[in-house]
This record gives sequence, C-alpha cells and structure tokens, in this order.
Amino acid sequence: MRSEIKELTSGLSHKWDKTETLAMFEKFCDIRYFEYEVKKAYDKDIIHMPVYLSIGQEAISSSLAVVLKKFNPAIFAQHRAHGMYISFGGNLDELRDEILHKGTGCAKGMGGSASIHSPAIRMYGHDGLMGTQVPIGVGHSYSQNYKANKKDYSIIVMGDASAEEDYVLGALGYAAHKKLPILFICEDNNLSILTEIKVRRNWKIVDVAKSFGMTVAETVDDPWSIMSHAKNLSNNLPAFLNIHTARSVWHAGTGSDGPPEWDRFDLIKKDLDNIGLKKEAEEIENNSKEKMEELWKTQL
Amino acid sequence: MMGETSRDVIKRFSENHLKNNNGILLGQCLTAVGWVGHTIPELTENDGLVELSMADVAGGGIAVGTALSGRRPIYVVRYQGFQWFNAPMIVNYAAKSKDMWGIPCPLFIRSIAMDSSGRKGRAMGPVAGNNHHGIYFRMPGVPIAAPITPKEYQAVWDYFMSHDDPIYCSEHRRGWEVDFEIPDIVEKGADITLFPISSTRLNVIEALAELKELGIKCNVINLLWIKPFKLNNKERRIAESLKNSKFGGLVIDGDYINGVAKGMAYDLMHEYNSKVYALGLEERTAGFAPEKDNLPPTSKQIITKIKEIVKSSL
Repeated sequence: MRSEIKELTSGLSHKWDKTETLAMFEKFCDIRYFEYEVKKAYDKDIIHMPVYLSIGQEAISSSLAVVLKKFNPAIFAQHRAHGMYISFGGNLDELRDEILHKGTGCAKGMGGSASIHSPAIRMYGHDGLMGTQVPIGVGHSYSQNYKANKKDYSIIVMGDASAEEDYVLGALGYAAHKKLPILFICEDNNLSILTEIKVRRNWKIVDVAKSFGMTVAETVDDPWSIMSHAKNLSNNLPAFLNIHTARSVWHAGTGSDGPPEWDRFDLIKKDLDNIGLKKEAEEIENNSKEKMEELWKTQL
Repeated sequence: MMGETSRDVIKRFSENHLKNNNGILLGQCLTAVGWVGHTIPELTENDGLVELSMADVAGGGIAVGTALSGRRPIYVVRYQGFQWFNAPMIVNYAAKSKDMWGIPCPLFIRSIAMDSSGRKGRAMGPVAGNNHHGIYFRMPGVPIAAPITPKEYQAVWDYFMSHDDPIYCSEHRRGWEVDFEIPDIVEKGADITLFPISSTRLNVIEALAELKELGIKCNVINLLWIKPFKLNNKERRIAESLKNSKFGGLVIDGDYINGVAKGMAYDLMHEYNSKVYALGLEERTAGFAPEKDNLPPTSKQIITKIKEIVKSSL
C-alpha cells in the first residue's frame, strides 16, 4: 500500500442521503459493466485500436457527477475518460460505436477510446497529448468567465503523470491568479504506465497547487469522501482534489498484472451493506449488467 | 505624409474585434512597453486585452481554450522563434478540433519576426530574427499567410473572420511600416521568376534594379498565402512563364531553407516542369555578432543566388 494512504474507507457513507448514494453506485456499475463489455469486445479482437479503461477508478467520476452535475460543468478530461462520459450522461450508443470505430460514434470514429467527447454534456475532446486539457480548459474557463458576474463551472481531470507536465503547472498558476471557477481533479493511480510516482518526483501536486493559492484536498477514492470534498471545494474555487485510486488493468488494453492494490467495487458494496442498502445495490448492479449486455449484444 | 500602414490596419481590426465582436487578444508583455510596436490597441483586460504569464506552452493552450469557447482570439507571439513552445496545442488541438469533433477552434496567431532591430547592419541572433512558419507548414489544419502590405493584412483578417480555421499570420516587423501595395511584376521574355515570401519581398524590390542593370529580367510573384499554396489565376499566368524561362524560378523565404521554400519549389517544379530553386536561411546556427547572424536573404544574397543560377544554366 502507498505510504500516504492510511485508511481505504472514510466512514462517511452513513452521512449521505440514500438517493445520492444509490445514484453514485448506479453510475459506478454502469461504468464497470460497460467496460466489461469493452473488454469482451477487445479480447475477441473486435476492437482494432488501443482502449483506455477506467476499471478500478470508477468511484471518481461517479461521485463527482452526483454532486457536480447540477452545475452543468464544462468537462475537460484525458484519454481515460469513459467514466466521466458515462457518469455525466453521455450517450452510450455513441460511446460504444466510437470504441467500435464506427461513423455513428460520438467523434464519428475519429476519437477512438482516447478522444471521446459529448457536446450534450459539455465534455470536450482530448487530443491524446498528456495534460493539454489543463491549459485548454483554463483558457476556456477564462473566456467563459471574463465578465465578472458570470460563473461557468469547469472540471478538469488529469492523471498523476500529466500533473508533472510543465504546462500543466503553468496553467494551474494562471487559473489561481485569475480565480477561475475550476475544480481540478487528479486521478492519482500512482502509475505512469507502470512507473511509480516515487521514481518520478519528490513533490506532491497538492503542495504545488496550494503554493499557487488554491484550496486543496487529498483523499482515497472512497465515493462518500470524494462527494464531500467536491461539495466543499465547489464553494472555494479554483480548487485541487487529488484522489488516490487503483487502476485494475493495464494503461492501455485489457490485461492486468494481478489484482489491484484495492478493489473499490467490493469496498463500496460492503459499505452499502453496512448502511442497509444491500438489496437496492444488488438490484442496481443486476440492472446495470443487463443494460450493458443489451447495449453490446448485437456487437459481440 | 504616409498613408495607412500595415500597423494601422492591424491596430484597427484588433480594436474593432475587442470592442464590437466580443473578441479577445492574448499574449505576453503586451501592455508594458510599446504595445508590441504599437500594433495593439491601448485597452484593458476588461476590454478583452489579456496579459498571459510567461509560461509559453501553457499560454498556447490557454489561447486555444479561449478559441474553443468561440471568442476568436488574436494570439500574439512576439518572436516567431517562441513558436517552438507555443505551437504544440495549436497544431495538435485547435488545428484538429474541427476534423476530430466537429468543433471549430478558430484563433488568429500573430507571429512576429524581426531583423536588424529596424536598423540595417544589426543582428538579432538565433531566436527572433526570422520567420518560423515552417513549424506549422508540416502540420494539417492551419492555413498560413505572410502579409506585408495593408491590403494583405486586411485580406488575411477578413479570411479569418469568414472561416473557422486557426490562421497562422507570419508577420515581419518591417512590414508594419509599409503603406503601399506590392504588385506582381511581369516582364516579357523574363529570364527567371521569383517567388518571395514575407520580408524578403522588400529585399527583392531592392535587388531588382541591380538585376536589371545586369540584364536579368525577373518576373515576381509575391506570395501571400503559403498554405494552402495555390496561385490565383493571374499568378498562374505569370508562373506559366516558368516553362519558357531560361533559368526557371526561385522561391525566397525568410525561414530556414529546409521547409517552406523547398516544399514550394518542389510543387512548382512538378506543376510547371521547370527548375525551381530555393533560398532561405542557411543551414547553420545563428549567432549574435552581425557577421554570425543568419537572417532572411538580403538583396545582395538574392542577387548572388540569381547570378549563380544564371551561371550554372549557361
């Protein structure tokens, strides 16, 4: 276990409303079962391009969507973004078709798994170069908010590796200087492909963001903790939330090098059981599984 | 009494863009000294004139972001050499956004070259002294123009406002002083056809008198649009003379020779079945001492090159 992680769960599950908790779990299941179908298609050699799966990291986008969707935020994510797309309500048929390199995909086959987008949910495409979504998202936010009375919320998501890009740091500084209404999220799975953070740097991204004058927080990917932080930080933007998470599969493709450091899906289900939502959770999970199997049925 | 200069035109359309189009203008060190050679209107951030931090790569991305939100930004890069840092997100995002996602990302990149600091005989060194449109030339999705005259600047701006592409406007400070138009030149029975770009057009004007004295007749096609490289009908008629000219053609660029100049010469050779040569910055590192600098071809260097072509063709 990474040294900075003391506890894998927050103990906050009982403090959240049942509706929000179950909404989060439904989104989580949708991502998980959608990507299981992607894995099936990829393993059957139906998909002829790289895929970047969120399996293991679903809690981040599903939690953010529950508390932030009401702001109708502009979303700037990176190559591993199926989770953000699904959580915020992107069209599932179009996402499936994009991954199957079809002209009916959300980017008409141009984006693939890595460069998805959805104008309907204000999710902008990513060009495939790590971290560019940060300055581009900052510029977009600046432009949208330059009239003093406007507050157009943005979420900018990066990984712990792209957080090291020099232009990401420059853009964070500018966002802090201009006090832009942006919540920066770092999906910190500790890995750049397979190179761990401790090999790459001796600093923490939250310390850098804090030094720029941003409000910062750090948490594991316990969904109730993420929801609490996202809610609080939204009152004091720009802010930076670093979320420790555990990727279950390879950087690209569907393989794995063994079990992840922790399995957030199991941990959430245990929590749901503890707060008396086991039955509802099982129903949601079964529905989600059926929905995604149905979505992919004709393609596999 | 000078007429309206290119500088006046740039300032006028920029001011109009900020005041009337909800436009935005971004760059580094815009307001502190000289308002980038007085081409930028003396407005404020509330008017849409935005000072960026000195983080060039991030700055390019921020400019792209403002374009994505539909503000049609003017992005000022004070020295074209800085494009090595500013270009990544423009060529990899703004230039691709329409094709990838159907979302246009139009921005007007004012990229500025200078040599001699406005005074002849002065060097500029390895970064600031030339055009760098070659960086963008090799990537799809960004039309490139190199205006010099007032009407050309206006035409490039009008093109930008009526299309949804990012535009690379390859500027040279010498062009800002220009208050006249530069017509193409057609000589009956021309020996060679010249295709100068950016500030080299001014050097070609200087060279023509001496070339005439040497008995070398030159056609001149002033290239405004570098990419897409497409001659208009009138220019095509002039270029037809390549087929019959004794010495072919010469593309003269203010960027390094292994880029735009050779690319255009290649296209022209294929199209007109004639030898077309290239002249640009030499394949060597520039230094700061005047004799070590590596600047756009001077009138002297142009004359020397043409003499070489003539000699080798006889």
